[in-house]
Amino acid sequence: MVLKAFFPTCCASADSGLLVGRWVPEQSSAVILAVVHFPFIPIQVKELLAQVHKASQVQVAVLGTWCHRQQEPEESLGHFLEGLGAIFSHDPWLQLCREKGTRFWSCKATYHQLQGTPTEDQVMLIFYDQRKLLLSWLHPPAALPDCQAGDSAASTGGLADIFDTVARSEVLFRNDQFDEGPVRLSHWQSEGMEASILVELAKQASGPICLLMTSLLSLLSAASACRLWKLWPLPFIRSKLSTCEQLQHRLKHLSFIFSTEKAQSPMQLMRKANMLVSVILDVALGLLLLSWLHSNNRIGQLANALVPVADYVAEELQHLLQWLMGAPAGLKMNRALDQVLGRFFLYHIHLWISYIHLMSPFIEHILWHVGLSACLGLTVALSILSDIIALLTFHIYCFYVYGARLYCLKIYGLSSLWRLFRGKKWNVLRQRVDSCSYDLDQLRLLVITVQGIIHLLVDFINSLPLYSLGLRLCRPYRLAAGVKFRVLEQEKGRPLRLLMQINPLHYSHVVHTYRLSSCGCHPKHSWGSLCRKLFFGELIYPWRQREDKQD
Amino acid sequence: MEEEKSFSDICGGRLALRRRYYSPYCCEFGLSSPRLSLRSLTAVTCAVWLAAYGLFTLCENSMILSAAIFITIIGLLGYLHFVKIDQETLLIIDSLGIQMTSSYASGKESTTFIEMDKVKDVIINEAIYMQKVIYYLCILLKDPGKPHEISRVVPVFQSAKPRLDCLIEVYRSCQEILAHQKATSTSP
Repeated sequence: MVLKAFFPTCCASADSGLLVGRWVPEQSSAVILAVVHFPFIPIQVKELLAQVHKASQVQVAVLGTWCHRQQEPEESLGHFLEGLGAIFSHDPWLQLCREKGTRFWSCKATYHQLQGTPTEDQVMLIFYDQRKLLLSWLHPPAALPDCQAGDSAASTGGLADIFDTVARSEVLFRNDQFDEGPVRLSHWQSEGMEASILVELAKQASGPICLLMTSLLSLLSAASACRLWKLWPLPFIRSKLSTCEQLQHRLKHLSFIFSTEKAQSPMQLMRKANMLVSVILDVALGLLLLSWLHSNNRIGQLANALVPVADYVAEELQHLLQWLMGAPAGLKMNRALDQVLGRFFLYHIHLWISYIHLMSPFIEHILWHVGLSACLGLTVALSILSDIIALLTFHIYCFYVYGARLYCLKIYGLSSLWRLFRGKKWNVLRQRVDSCSYDLDQLRLLVITVQGIIHLLVDFINSLPLYSLGLRLCRPYRLAAGVKFRVLEQEKGRPLRLLMQINPLHYSHVVHTYRLSSCGCHPKHSWGSLCRKLFFGELIYPWRQREDKQD
Repeated sequence: MEEEKSFSDICGGRLALRRRYYSPYCCEFGLSSPRLSLRSLTAVTCAVWLAAYGLFTLCENSMILSAAIFITIIGLLGYLHFVKIDQETLLIIDSLGIQMTSSYASGKESTTFIEMDKVKDVIINEAIYMQKVIYYLCILLKDPGKPHEISRVVPVFQSAKPRLDCLIEVYRSCQEILAHQKATSTSP
């Protein structure tokens, strides 16, 4: 097999010295991690390599020599380098040389067989960007990302091996050629130590902040789990309102983010980061909504508009019921059933109107205080809106349930779906009743659709991995689907040179891999199933069922 | 060394195959399709705008015209960026792997790299495509744990769809390199 030498691009301009890295015999490849400069004492180099091996479990060794001839060719250096092969014996021994004035390199790999006669082999140079490879996570299509970093023994495939080697040799990159140590190394940190004040400050501050937040959140969860909330009918109401469920979801997210234990794998780290970014965006949008709502007396306008609208809807519903109790469109109906159902629904409407009128002086205050909850996040505000709609239109929902059940029976019995549509078309001629029936159907469908859409929107906002998408957009080398190679300029007789770059993960794979688990209603209510249920008269439950709970 | 030859695809269009031998164990094939022709672009634009003008005379709403212009521009950009593949490249490196690159008309490049342990063989296969029987080149992949089973079939040059003469050239060079790789991998 052709010998592959992986050379970091940052060492291409380094001074002459020794090549240090890892030799992988199965793929016949040498991964070069750093260059040791002169002067050095061989014993100290061997000690350093033993230390690195103990700390990181990576078999680092001296792989060969690197010669960078910037001035006139120095013959003495050449002999000196050849002599080093005797001190640090490694099979094969690499000799890379870069001459001034040419862009092409010369490489030699010598195998010292048992008999003592050295044999040479063909070498292929592959350049790689050390910093990007160090920071990147490989996403192979078969294996899961969360078993990548932890395993030291199992590394499948050649590329995963290379990524693994570079990532685990971080210990080697702590010292640099400008440090006052016994050994001077050149690697990606030699171009300038990378650090950011903000990141360091954040790291220092994160410890105490996490502790504080964890204690606060544990107090909150203890308060919510106390026996007082178990008295009936509170658990029933809690399970039905989407606000409580959304608040619980957010509490769970926050306690996961601020947990004091470190993330074990890159997958967990990404999940934490995604949740944090999603919570921050949510709160920011919620505050924006809050400022818009509390300006220009919008709350007062909304409260003033609510009661007349409710009155108007109730009046129209009453007209419709009176019409249905008579002879609608000249059809002869079952008089007894008509009267019973009609009076029943009229009583519902009467109760509801009285309730609205009772609440009317308090509505503005309630709306004002409920609007304050938007500072907890946009999703909480949307869930409250959904709950308010559900409570205000509860009577319409009751009518819908009764009507839908009866309708469903008819559908299965006669499969007369066209009757409904024929009925609607027939009503077009009758101007005075057309608007009523149109409104009721439209209102019914509108309410159910709006609730369904709000739930789907909340789920979508909850489960989108924003941090991962942002990372894929701004630092695409962090999420790697694989690598790509480019052949560099080549001269006959010289070894082949390739540049290895990281192939970033596709956006759809990012969303699929890092999607946060959503609340239980997602698999039940997709867009398609919502439309199908509306069409065939199956009941839609706008709030969560107890069976759907997902822990 | 580099050579360029002209072939045709299954529909009769012209294709250009560019072969580069970097070394005895590294070879690259680039297949270029003809570019987007001005004639077809003009024809589609005129058709869309005539339809929009017809709708405008019916509805008297000028939004239709601006919507038609918007749709034409967005459609063209989407077509160039997501659909129209200008060049497909196959790079084989002995003992590293096989890399396939597709370059779109907008400049976007999408690359897939398959490691040599996963490659079982490169073959020419027959398939029924609409009303034709065509030949296509494909790479057979194996699971490193089960070397005698084929886990996946990856077709190459899917958008260019060259004919058998072009495929035979590519196939011969691929087989040379794979044979060289198999011979050297058995020796230590």
